[in-house]
Amino acid sequence: MLKYTLKRVGMALVTLLIITFLLFVLVRIMPGNPFPSERMSAEQIANKRAEMGLDDPILIQFWRYMVNVLHGDFGKGTSLYYGAPISTVLSTAISNSFRIGGLAILIGTLFGLLLGITAALHKGKFLDGFCTVVSILGVCVPSYVFLIFLQYFFSFKIPFFPYFFDESRFLFSSVIPSVSLSLFTMSTIARFTRNEMVEVFDSDYVRLAESKGLYGGQLVRRHVLRNALIPIVTVLAPLIVDLLTGALVVEKIYGINGIGKLMVDAIAGEGIDYNYVLALGILYSALYIGIMLVVDLLYGVLDPRIRISVQRGRRA
Amino acid sequence: MSETPRTILDIRNLDISFKTNAGVVHAIRGVNLDLRKGETVAIVGESGSGKSVTMKAAMGLLDSNATVNSGEILYTYTDTDGTEKTVDLLKLSKKELRGTINGQRIAMVFQDPMTSLDPTMTIGKQIMESMFLHKHMEKEAARKRALELLNLVGIPEAEKRFKNYPHQLSGGMRQRVVIAIALSADPDILICDEPTTALDVTIQARILEMIMDIQEKMKLSVIYITHDLGVVAKVADYVNVMYAGKIVEVGNVNEIFYEPAHPYTWGLLSAMPDLDTDDDRLYSIPGSPPNLLHEPPGDAFAARNQFALVIDEKAAPPMFKISETHSAATWLLHPDAPKIEKPPELEARLERARKEVERYL
Amino acid sequence: MQKEYTPVKEDFRLLPSRDLYTDTNFASQSYWKGVMIHFFRNRRAVIGLVIILLIILFAIIGPSLSSFGYRDIVQYRNADNKRVVAKGIAPQIPALHKLFTGEELEGNFAEYTFLFGTDDMGRDLWTRTWYGARVSLLIAFVTIFIDMIIGMSYGLISGYFGGKTDMIMQRFVEIANSVPRLVIVSVLAIFMPKGMGLVIVALLLTEWIGMSKIARAEMLKTKEQEYVLASRTLGARNSHIIFREILPNTIGPIITQMMFSIPTAIFTEAFLSFVGVGIALPQCSVGTLIEDGFNNITTLPYQILPPIIVLALLMLGFNFIGDGLREALAPKLEDM
Repeated sequence: MLKYTLKRVGMALVTLLIITFLLFVLVRIMPGNPFPSERMSAEQIANKRAEMGLDDPILIQFWRYMVNVLHGDFGKGTSLYYGAPISTVLSTAISNSFRIGGLAILIGTLFGLLLGITAALHKGKFLDGFCTVVSILGVCVPSYVFLIFLQYFFSFKIPFFPYFFDESRFLFSSVIPSVSLSLFTMSTIARFTRNEMVEVFDSDYVRLAESKGLYGGQLVRRHVLRNALIPIVTVLAPLIVDLLTGALVVEKIYGINGIGKLMVDAIAGEGIDYNYVLALGILYSALYIGIMLVVDLLYGVLDPRIRISVQRGRRA
Repeated sequence: MSETPRTILDIRNLDISFKTNAGVVHAIRGVNLDLRKGETVAIVGESGSGKSVTMKAAMGLLDSNATVNSGEILYTYTDTDGTEKTVDLLKLSKKELRGTINGQRIAMVFQDPMTSLDPTMTIGKQIMESMFLHKHMEKEAARKRALELLNLVGIPEAEKRFKNYPHQLSGGMRQRVVIAIALSADPDILICDEPTTALDVTIQARILEMIMDIQEKMKLSVIYITHDLGVVAKVADYVNVMYAGKIVEVGNVNEIFYEPAHPYTWGLLSAMPDLDTDDDRLYSIPGSPPNLLHEPPGDAFAARNQFALVIDEKAAPPMFKISETHSAATWLLHPDAPKIEKPPELEARLERARKEVERYL
Repeated sequence: MQKEYTPVKEDFRLLPSRDLYTDTNFASQSYWKGVMIHFFRNRRAVIGLVIILLIILFAIIGPSLSSFGYRDIVQYRNADNKRVVAKGIAPQIPALHKLFTGEELEGNFAEYTFLFGTDDMGRDLWTRTWYGARVSLLIAFVTIFIDMIIGMSYGLISGYFGGKTDMIMQRFVEIANSVPRLVIVSVLAIFMPKGMGLVIVALLLTEWIGMSKIARAEMLKTKEQEYVLASRTLGARNSHIIFREILPNTIGPIITQMMFSIPTAIFTEAFLSFVGVGIALPQCSVGTLIEDGFNNITTLPYQILPPIIVLALLMLGFNFIGDGLREALAPKLEDM
């Protein structure tokens, strides 16, 4: 198991490195003025470039950059936030996005499981159809559409929740964005759970368990749930990534200073803030790769078929 | 035998339909079957004849789209307080069925060992589950018993296997585990649904012998569901031949194999070649089983029966008694029916078989 | 249960010789016919199909049904030679108004029928909505179609040749898959001007991966089957085997994947345009219309409804169809 884990971690790191390098190169090879917010003559620009080491070979630049990054220094923004250090801006943004995203995941997973299990247990009856319709809607209605509706009804028409994000009342103003973000997660998990459970219910081993004398809640708890829910982690991974990287639109609409909004600001403005694009690009990729890795390993731990065969050195 | 053992399972007039996308399928059309204590009964038939469904009805394992139209399945047993009780299994609630009958009185062995075990639970736990459920045993006692069972079904290194997961065992071993699970709560009746079909031929015989052995040790009564006449010849005391949802012939194993009376049974036996068969063509029953969406009037086998009578297309034959133990549902046994000889190849084979028996007795 | 029948003497004759060998039970049916039948029995799938067809229909003919272009500002000059613009008119249908209230509609533009109303700039929303739908659908169909070709070819080739080729190709896929869509978009934004082009290229770069995975999985499943072996033995070229023999058998799941990719594409375009990276106003697409509607939601709350409903219906419709197809293509053991 250890060998397998190390191998996967190694591969993940290598992938991340490759992506970081690619991004770095792409960002650095852009010609033109890297300092749009200051006005300088051509000579001054050339000097500044040499001074900042922008004319050195690309690999050396990359090395320098990586060293800095490992110290937590992502450089400064070129146009956003008046050149404040990226790392400070980033940490606030990450904290915001993660908290709201985390809340959304919690709500989404909880209710998703509830809906899915209920639908499966009452298969074919009204409750099943109802839950299914709700989950389909959740998948098709984009989160920002939902947000807009929530905002309209619960902030505008009925002024209960804040219309925009208010840092001082964090929990209260997180409700609307978290709920609207959780919709997609909830629906995806609900549908997936229902399908998995129905499939497990039809399986031979559940039939055998029934012939042993198991039924109802006991049957579900002992044999159905575990087999049906293990695959859920695979579905959960991309959902978590989506939510943590901060659904851009929701953040933009609601005025949350999250990493999604940062990314949008970095590219949608007049000039593009390359340093931010690079930093965020690395962050996003790292998050994505990291979460996929964790889920992969988690699945290996949960499913004995993979856990045991891996121990013997055979790949599942 | 001094006295006839008592009947412990009595299926009467079982009639079941299934609701499908294409319509209503009348799968079981009046089945009568009984099992006496200590005996081994086989139900033989092609795929789709309804043999599995009949026994699944007894276990309460029918699919949700099944309706039991009529009939009763009477099970007689000795209760914990020593009295003898008879219940109609079809009338019990799911809770009663699962709680008192399934596992601890009637247990089932399933066909495909590769998918019958929960992949996320250890073998040991799966065997002990019944014990905790029905006998409320202590953990230590259950574990000891589980290891005994593993030994009984012939699994080496029982201690090690106890902690294994199903995917770590071969098909043959998994089937032994399934049998161990079935035995774990000391049932009276064991129902084996094609227990060796999914296994290698070399292992089949061993598994069957093991079951017969255990049957004697634990005083079980066994029902085998199979399409393999070889299995029937080896294990059965009594044979029920099933076709299109009905029992068409029933008798003890000698009567069925040496004096078959129903044309379908003739067909089944003819389709089993032996080394002396010198036909150039292998015989097989023409056509295929009827689609029970559109139930044929009269005898369901008529369409494939070269000995069909006019009446076969009009009315289904009742069971005609041939001896105390042997009956067949074919109009050929009616006093007014023409005397039909069995197909010559079959008659020749049966002759050879009878001569063999005489030689060894 | 049959009635009791009293047999007569004539009944006990043998039936004349019949053909016992013809099997009347199993009518053969082509595979695709079976799939179609199963699909159309699924109520939700049919509803989805109807929804999508209707939207496509309106996307094609909708704009021509009104007398306005999508950019036209409905206005006229009044008696004082001042411009009067049809700003912010809620949905109105004079004929129906007359029917229900018996009166003529009042206002400057009383004689016009604005089924969806007009926006804050005075443009007819009906025309804009269907024009926007047209744009979004075109982008989606074109990109997904190209992605299907790229992804499918990639996956089929990778799976067919296996070994080293497969390993390298899959490694590449893994890396490509590890880059979140947003990062790709931002990198593209460095090199490309924002607009429809950016959206299309972004979609092209991300959606092919899903296709290739499915194509490869299908290929691995069918590669070992006997008809492939037979082809090879007869000396068929690899390209022939891949594209003429295996492909038709694997197209089912691929089409299903397409049905799920299209709403993703539409959604991606919508949200990229919304945040300002894709298509910009006054150009029409579902995304820009939603943006427009959002900007005016407090004053003209009806404005956001048509594009949002169209978006939701599109996604719903394609999802239903995708679900239905997936179910219809799954191997079934019943229906005997």
